[in-house]
Amino acid sequence: MQKRIYLDNNATTMVDPKVKDLMDPYFCKYYGNPNSLHKFGTEIHPAISDALNKLYEGIHARNEDDIIITSCATESNNWVLKGVYFDKIYTGQKNHIITTEVEHPAVGATCRFLESLGVKVTYLPINKDGTISAKQVQEAITPQTALVSIMWANNETGLIFPIEEIGAICKQAGVLFHTDAVQAIGKIPVDVVQANVDFLSFSAHKFHGPKGIGALYIRSGLELTPLLHGGEHMRGRRSGTLNVPYIIGMGEAMRLAVEALSYEQNVVSKLRDRLEDALLKIDDVFVIGDRKHRVPNTTLVSVRGIEGEAMLWDLNKAGIAASTGSACASEDLEANPVMVAIGADKELAHTAIRISLSRFNTQEEIDYAVEVFYKAIQRLRNISSSYGA
Amino acid sequence: MAKNDLIGGALWDAYSKKVSERMDNPTHLGVLTQEDAKTKNAKLIIADYGAEACGDAVRLYWLVDDNDVIIDARFKSFGCGTAIASSDMMIELCLGKKVQEAVKITNLDVEHALRDDPDTPAVPGQKMHCSVMAYDVIKKAAGIYLGKDIQDFEDEIIVCECARVSLSTIKEVIRLNDLKSVEEITNYTKAGAFCKSCVRPGGHEKREHYLVDILKDVRTEMEAEKLKENAQKSASGELSFKDMTMVQKVKAVDKTIDETVRPMLMMDGGNMEIIDIKDTGDGHIDIYIRYMGACNGCSSAATGTLFAIESVLQQNLDENIRVMPI
Repeated sequence: MQKRIYLDNNATTMVDPKVKDLMDPYFCKYYGNPNSLHKFGTEIHPAISDALNKLYEGIHARNEDDIIITSCATESNNWVLKGVYFDKIYTGQKNHIITTEVEHPAVGATCRFLESLGVKVTYLPINKDGTISAKQVQEAITPQTALVSIMWANNETGLIFPIEEIGAICKQAGVLFHTDAVQAIGKIPVDVVQANVDFLSFSAHKFHGPKGIGALYIRSGLELTPLLHGGEHMRGRRSGTLNVPYIIGMGEAMRLAVEALSYEQNVVSKLRDRLEDALLKIDDVFVIGDRKHRVPNTTLVSVRGIEGEAMLWDLNKAGIAASTGSACASEDLEANPVMVAIGADKELAHTAIRISLSRFNTQEEIDYAVEVFYKAIQRLRNISSSYGA
Repeated sequence: MAKNDLIGGALWDAYSKKVSERMDNPTHLGVLTQEDAKTKNAKLIIADYGAEACGDAVRLYWLVDDNDVIIDARFKSFGCGTAIASSDMMIELCLGKKVQEAVKITNLDVEHALRDDPDTPAVPGQKMHCSVMAYDVIKKAAGIYLGKDIQDFEDEIIVCECARVSLSTIKEVIRLNDLKSVEEITNYTKAGAFCKSCVRPGGHEKREHYLVDILKDVRTEMEAEKLKENAQKSASGELSFKDMTMVQKVKAVDKTIDETVRPMLMMDGGNMEIIDIKDTGDGHIDIYIRYMGACNGCSSAATGTLFAIESVLQQNLDENIRVMPI
């Protein structure tokens, strides 16, 4: 039987079987609408309350704060940007948003849409370390700045952004601060209070919860025009009948992810390093970003002479799933912007392969992956017109 | 967009078996050297196309004999699976051909040759640009061999590299068929149907010409020509009411009302003004009027007077006119 080794956990993750088990009764047994008056609805309340508690504890939100359930982090990101637009920009109070050049499209594309409505957006370029410095944010803030939106960790490189410092600067400047934390939760500790975050987006499927459910943290006292109007769900902040089993799944996934943080730091990171070390023994193989500043599960590897998608093809043939941010089938043929910013030449930037592990990967899998990489590199460099020709 | 387009991502599933096989085991991979050329008494041509910095590059080796026939060929590639498979097939199509014949091989020939069955594309649309590179490197090699520029092999400006559609063809179909959208251009010519780089800026590759701009320019030219023709017909009295511009229609209606209707109304202390003129889309032209003076509130304003005004306008201008008092 062909091996199936999943090393694309920054794209999505397997649902933890414990999460699935906890969700199961809420499909056919306890299926009431929690907004109903009858017992079918009300009997679900404790489970939802328990799930919310796990979310609050997971990101260290206070009881006075709000964590509103959404369909995904894309919705949460859209909601913050468009909500701030309606609250602060459409009303004429301010007209400026600061973000980075390397945000997920849920932020980047939404900012470009807001630009089409007349909003001024500053896209901060990443520095040679692959991140944004707090100083860059400070220098970009003007009296017109309504919102700063900067990811907690980069999906491609795994590099961690200085969110606490940026949060402090935004607080001091009186500017709202949003962070897309989808790649941080379950990988590093996330504390919204310590980081002075006003809004934080996350998505369950990135930390072994189900797909199609996410949340938005909103600091106590902040108003945000809803993205979805309709009923009074979530106290009118986000309409739509609650997705009960998925909320319960997301809560449990958060609990397990937080519980597994030290495992991520101590075991997953060592597996990642084992893979990196093995690949770095090959000539002209590079890893992007200092390990110390990366989330423990991610490595972005460049193999000179081999276009990223060609490498993925060979990995896939051997049953290994990874990804590339610069595949020539992607939206454009531009080189991976993070790599270019870090100083990689454009050729190298087209060779980037993102490998992202999870707590379900084993050493045996990693050793097999190394073997496959070695064979693929040998075969594809033999085809390459740019390596050894 | 339809049901089958809503789930993305199955890119590799859309590859033909031939593409997969040639990606896994390219049959013409390798290099040719001066020594090989000497052994076979042939000329060695090495051509590079694309750039690693753009994510796709190919190197083509030919051995060409005294009769201009490509007797051996090999390739190397920095690219994805389809780039490798396309290069491999391109070599096969070149072999045994004269350089002057090989230069006529297009990316469409390469893609067709990679199909498992004639009716199913070998690669999904966004991968067509990989076969274009195979086409371009042949031109480059032929150029080196024949001492020409790559452009010398193109008679026309090609807008859509994937479907090989020229600028003149696109302009012609817009004019002939009165096309108003890029989708219509794609339906008529296939331009923009594949990698979509030529549709508008921001696609896979930067292009010199984009369909959106061509459409806009040709439509602007067509409008200007129409107005010019309209003005000439108007000057010579040949212009029908239906073909007039809105401004001309307003003027014509006003003139007819002034000359024929208004004096009649004013004799009884009444008057009227034109509020709006609308082409209804179902062949009628509705003229909205407002009665003034004694006509306003007159009992025949909705019957006899209205009928008289409508008849005058129908007889003088167009039988499809309807007058609508407001």
